[in-house]
Order: sequence, then C-alpha cells, then structure tokens
Amino acid sequence: MGLFSKFDGLASSRLELDALGINPFDVKIDKIISPTEGIIEGRHTILAGTNNYLGLTFHPDSIAAARTALEHEGTGTTGSRMANGSYSGHRLLELELAAFHNKRDAIVFSTGYQANLGMLSALAGPDDVVLLDADCHASIYDGCRMGGAETIRFRHNNAEDLAKRLRRLGDRATNTLIVVEGIYSMLGDRAPLKEIVDVKREYGGYLMVDEAHSMGVLGERGCGLLEELGLLADADFIVGTFSKSLGGAGGYCVSDHPELNLIRYASRPYIFTASPAPAMIASTRQSLRTLEKSPHLRQRLHDNAVQLHTGLSNLGYTLGAPPSPVVAVVVEGKVEALQFWQKLLHLGVYVNLMLPPATPNGVSLIRCSVSAAHTPTQIDAVIAAFAKLRHA
Amino acid sequence: MTEYDRILADLYKGLTPLNKGNIALTENTELLGDLDLDSLKTMELLLFVEDSFDISIPVSILPDVKTIGDLALQIEKIVSA
Repeated sequence: MGLFSKFDGLASSRLELDALGINPFDVKIDKIISPTEGIIEGRHTILAGTNNYLGLTFHPDSIAAARTALEHEGTGTTGSRMANGSYSGHRLLELELAAFHNKRDAIVFSTGYQANLGMLSALAGPDDVVLLDADCHASIYDGCRMGGAETIRFRHNNAEDLAKRLRRLGDRATNTLIVVEGIYSMLGDRAPLKEIVDVKREYGGYLMVDEAHSMGVLGERGCGLLEELGLLADADFIVGTFSKSLGGAGGYCVSDHPELNLIRYASRPYIFTASPAPAMIASTRQSLRTLEKSPHLRQRLHDNAVQLHTGLSNLGYTLGAPPSPVVAVVVEGKVEALQFWQKLLHLGVYVNLMLPPATPNGVSLIRCSVSAAHTPTQIDAVIAAFAKLRHA
Repeated sequence: MTEYDRILADLYKGLTPLNKGNIALTENTELLGDLDLDSLKTMELLLFVEDSFDISIPVSILPDVKTIGDLALQIEKIVSA
C-alpha cells in the first residue's frame, strides 16, 4: 500500500472519462465576456452553470469599489484578523450583514466553505449533537466532523423524521443544533422551513439555516427563504456566501446570540487563515448595497427561472424541483449524462454535470443555474439546445 | 437469542432487498467488498435499522464499519447505551 494507492479508484474513474473523451471537471474558460457569456474551446458559449444569480460580477459599482480598495489598501491583508488586526471594511461589512438580516452581529469568513466549517466546528463539540438534513452540503458535514459532534442525518426535507430523531434524543434535544439549507444546491428544492421551525419549537434546540443559494434570491428584501416565510427571528444562526448572489468570494454567519463573538476565539478556520482581500470586501459591500436597492433583479431572476423551467418541462424533461434559480434535469445513466453534458457544450451552452455519489438518490443531473443577467433570448437559446438533444 | 443475534437477524432482513447477487450473509460479509453497497444503499440500510430499533445512528460510526458484524456491534452499543 503506497501513499497514493487510495487514489486508485479516482484514477480508474479518470481513465473512464479519458476513454469517453469527456472531462467535465476540467473545463477551461478561455475568456469571460460577461456574467452570462464566455469563450470555451473556441466557441461563444452561454454560461448557465455559474451560480451568479444576480449577475453582479461585472457590476460597474462593485468593480469601482474593488479598484479603489485595491489602490488604497493593497492587494491583501497578509494574515488572520486575530493576529494581524482587522481592516475597517471587514468589520463594517459584518455590521451591514447583521443589519440586512435583522440580527445582532455577524462574522465574516474567507470562503463560504469556511463559514460552515468555522461555525460548526466551533459550535458543536464532542458532547453535542447535530441533526442535519441528509442532503446538506459537504461543508456542513466537514464542519461537524472537525468539531467532533455526534452527527445524525434526518431524511431530506422531512420534518417528521427530524421530530422522530429529536424525540429519541430525550433531554439532549434542547441542546441539539439542527442544520438545514434554504435552497438545496443540487436539485434547487426548498426546505420546509415552517414545519422545521414548528418541530424546533416543540422539542427545543437551535436552528442553523444555510442560505447560500437563497440569499439574494428569495424574500422581499432578498434575505432568503427565512425572510420569505417570515421566520427570520426563528433562526439562531444564518450562514451565507459572497460567491453566489454577491459575485465575490467569502462567507458569513449572522446571529442574535451575543456569544457569536466568542466563536472568533474558538474557530480554527477563522483564526488560522488570512482574512479576505480588501478589494473583495469592498466589492461585496457594494454588491450588498446593490442587492438591497434592486428588487427588479430578483424579479428578473425569477422570470428567467420560470422561463427555463417551463421550456424544459414542455420538452418533456424530468426536473428536480419546482422553478428556482437551480433547474436540474434528471438524466438516466452516468455515461448518458456525460454525453448529454458534452453535446450541450458543443451547442454553446455550459451547465454543470452532477454525478452520484454527490447527488441525492443516486441520480445523474444536468444542473443549470439561472442569472438575472440572462436575457430572454439567451434562455430561449438554452431551451433550444435542450430541444435539439431531446429529438437527437 | 442475544441482543447481538437479534440485531444480526434484523440486518439480514434489511439487506435482503439490497443483496442483488444473493450472497450468503454472515457476520463476516463485507458491505462494500462483498455486497457492493455504495453510500446511498448503505444509507437505505441504516434508515431501515434505525426505524426497526427506534435509534439514530451517528454518521461517525461508518468509517469503523466494514462487515455486517461490525455494524451489528455498533448498533448493539447504541441500543444498550
């Protein structure tokens, strides 16, 4: 057994892909033209797999803010906030995120992955229990593992199963951390948050909601699913990311619990990493302002999602969930999904390919993500590409 | 019948629909190596066992489980806790 023998399985999977002449995990985008267009393999391509929900990556105000920060604060912070100090922008962004979510305070992390890793590893130790939805993101599982909590899955979107497991915990239920997501990234389906909050009220416990795919997308002010359902006050912790609706990179957690500030001193993924670059903080602050004053972007995103969902549904495709910015098409068979994905790329449409075991229920998915920046004509072009393959 | 035997019998029952190759099941049968249970099928099995014994199985036990006997031992620990 050599050091690398653990990769034998991966190596053979990679060889299978090479034999098919397709590698969806190594796509090179030669040139980015706009939030929705790029050049791939020399072809002009519509980007429909970016999670760039509001299309803010090229917003002139965000670019100007980043440029100013770059010129006045430099290229990086060169260290952790605990050791090297906090730039004022980092703290201001935390206060702005807290105000946006009607919460007391916030912590900014260097990536969305680290937000979950940093919060869960610090919050849930070996004597604690975490009950998480089985379809939660890998960052949530990894955070639980890092903290050493007793981690138990409940059936996806099944509040009844959550209640059953809280009942089994007896007195421990009141200290249990329940973790769900607003919109799940693979299928684009929403959590039944009303029912989950009802269960939490009955048994006790704490609720963490990851709104990575729903912040900027749902709710009158764009806070996410909690806001849309009038449940913001029921979440103990809300986690989010800058790398989707806000068009940057980074993550955060907001909470009303005054102890949130203590997490900074206990969270290794917060302490032992460099804080985000000033330009990233500046563009994120500006994008948050744009998000807050631009409800029309959410409307356009919704309209585009409905247009794509309706178009693909009319073609007879099996879709993962009702309309949302994630439109996932179920394809029978791994090889078929790979070939389908490649044909779409050759037709000038870039989407995501999701294969088991990363997918729920072992299905293969062609995952599209819609942006407010897509034009109706671009959405029609994506539908037309799917139509060609339907009749191929 | 001991608790361990009762758990084993229940595991055999839960594995029946997943045992596509009709392999003779023993304590030493490997879930992945012999029965080819991927993570999804393993989760199906765990859900069956959890409901059967009215317990919740933490995900952290999975790396220690290779055979049906390993799983039975872990369940016995949870049931008797």
